[in-house]
Amino acid sequence: MADTTVTKTAEPVSSAAMRRQMLREFWFYFSENRGAVLGLIIFVALVIVAIFASLIAPHSPFEQYRDFALLPPAWAEGGNPSYLLGTDPVGRDILSRLIYGAQYSLFIGVFVTTLSLTGGIIVGLIAGYYRGWIDTVIMRLMDIILAFPSLLLALVLVAILGPSLTNGMIAIALTLQPHFVRLTRAAVMAEKSRDYVTAARLAGAGPIRLMFRTILPNCTAPLIVQATLSFSNAILDAAALGFLGMGAQPPAPEWGTMLAEAREFILRAWWVVTFPGVAILVTVLAINLMGDGLRDALDPKLKRS
Amino acid sequence: MFGFLLRRIAVLIPTFIGVSIIAFSFIRLLPGDPVALLSGERVMSPERHAQISAQLGMDRPLIVQYFDYLGGVLTGDFGSSIVSKKPILDQFWALFPATVELSFCAIVIAVALGIPAGVIAAIKRGSIFDQGLMGIALVGYSMPIFWWGLLLIILFSGTLQWFPVSGRISLMFFFPPVTGFMLIDSLLSGQQGAFASAISHLALPSIVLATIPLAVIARQTRSAMLEVLSEDYVRTARAKGLSPFRVVGIHALRNAMIPVITTIGLQIGVMLAGAILTETIFSWPGIGKWMVDSVFRRDYAVIQGGLLLIAAIIMFVNLIVDLLYGLINPRIRH
Repeated sequence: MADTTVTKTAEPVSSAAMRRQMLREFWFYFSENRGAVLGLIIFVALVIVAIFASLIAPHSPFEQYRDFALLPPAWAEGGNPSYLLGTDPVGRDILSRLIYGAQYSLFIGVFVTTLSLTGGIIVGLIAGYYRGWIDTVIMRLMDIILAFPSLLLALVLVAILGPSLTNGMIAIALTLQPHFVRLTRAAVMAEKSRDYVTAARLAGAGPIRLMFRTILPNCTAPLIVQATLSFSNAILDAAALGFLGMGAQPPAPEWGTMLAEAREFILRAWWVVTFPGVAILVTVLAINLMGDGLRDALDPKLKRS
Repeated sequence: MFGFLLRRIAVLIPTFIGVSIIAFSFIRLLPGDPVALLSGERVMSPERHAQISAQLGMDRPLIVQYFDYLGGVLTGDFGSSIVSKKPILDQFWALFPATVELSFCAIVIAVALGIPAGVIAAIKRGSIFDQGLMGIALVGYSMPIFWWGLLLIILFSGTLQWFPVSGRISLMFFFPPVTGFMLIDSLLSGQQGAFASAISHLALPSIVLATIPLAVIARQTRSAMLEVLSEDYVRTARAKGLSPFRVVGIHALRNAMIPVITTIGLQIGVMLAGAILTETIFSWPGIGKWMVDSVFRRDYAVIQGGLLLIAAIIMFVNLIVDLLYGLINPRIRH
């Protein structure tokens, strides 16, 4: 990875300088992909909207303006400029609900990805480092999880644990985890026989240090790419669970739950259905755009082509 | 090849056992009394409880119960629904053709549009075509399909009134199911307009279900083609003076198809998950809707049986894909 930093000087390259160089190189490839930069901009904007939701949102997401139920968007006939994207069947401001919904989606993405990533890395490191029966058991377990369609498994798990956003997120994290396990395991197996690992072992590094300090940092590229994929998958699956009534529960302004509540009004009020879906699509699209850019920037094989 | 087949099946057996253990144990992991859950009776006297428990065989040790369950599964006895009391396997076979029909149409759409789109994008790499097609593909890949379905309903069923909102065929037509596939049954019935009605009911759900696989196949075809197009044998074929059509269509596409076929196979599993949402939106009477309805009815016997059946089907499809892969790419067999 660091071959570009090798210089003719006899002085050793400091690790801080190397890291800076790697970051610069990464940014160079990432910023070449215009889609990825666009995705990043949208994503940052979403994060800002989520953090400052209470300042940006014109209304409370829960306040029911009963006199203004099912108001169309401001620009349509009968719209009211104070409710820019219209109101839902009980008179709540859709724009405000969408703004607060960004908090839900981003939190879901962060929580699920962190959970499945840490779980997957630990299990994958153990499987790849120790091999033998422990590896066989772990990989068969992952095969079992992968044998079920992820949404079905999440749905059934939530049916067991009880419908709530927390249970939904745990269930989704469990279905996404095998991908991290497989990736980590494959990378560890490839790295384990390299000379630097042997050198570290001879220098007296214990298995924990070998796994986490020596091997893991060299397996991060595919994991980062998979993490962005999981982030968008988590948002989609959580919205699907919400839509099926098994995720976040009303009156939470979660986008999928908003769609579920709006379903019976689809032929009467297009806006209650359209905007939450646009919010989901734009968020997921932005993350996937970033994911493509990350893959191009981090995967040296694709870089050269 | 035969040894390869045996090895693949040998790996499947422990996975299947694991899947059956999960299906068996989940009902016993539920908070609450499994006897009450499985019988559907909420309040019962201790005598009644003991009676049902004995009737369901749940007073025996867990390990005995498991092997009893596994024995039943292997002989086709998945138990009965708590709500309808009908055998689960019968219900499954009655609903499965609807899901197969829907998935089949969706995969045909996805392959028929996805492969040409990917090939064109690869040939015209970097052009407006390429960027446009891949942009659309990424939007499709990011699509919340339950919302996409609702949008199509608003546009094509609401505003334009081209397609019906739900079901498999208009209520005007009635004929006994012969194959379970509405497209075939409607033709066999010989009734005027029945086939057209079946097609118009199938159109929107299959478009919705095809969206994500279509995007995945287009992206995968493009990258596989790009890889193959830079190979030496393609340059040789070009240098020989073969027409671009022959070079791309015969020499490149064939080799690029190897990873694409795997992708298509994997999409079949993805489709069964997509069918859960698509069938719910369009009230399509298949196994996806069956599972969702059972979750809401708390019909745990059906969830248990359905989970196992669906996992078994996915494992079977993956096995077929693996074998196909071994057939077209002999290197993988070892």
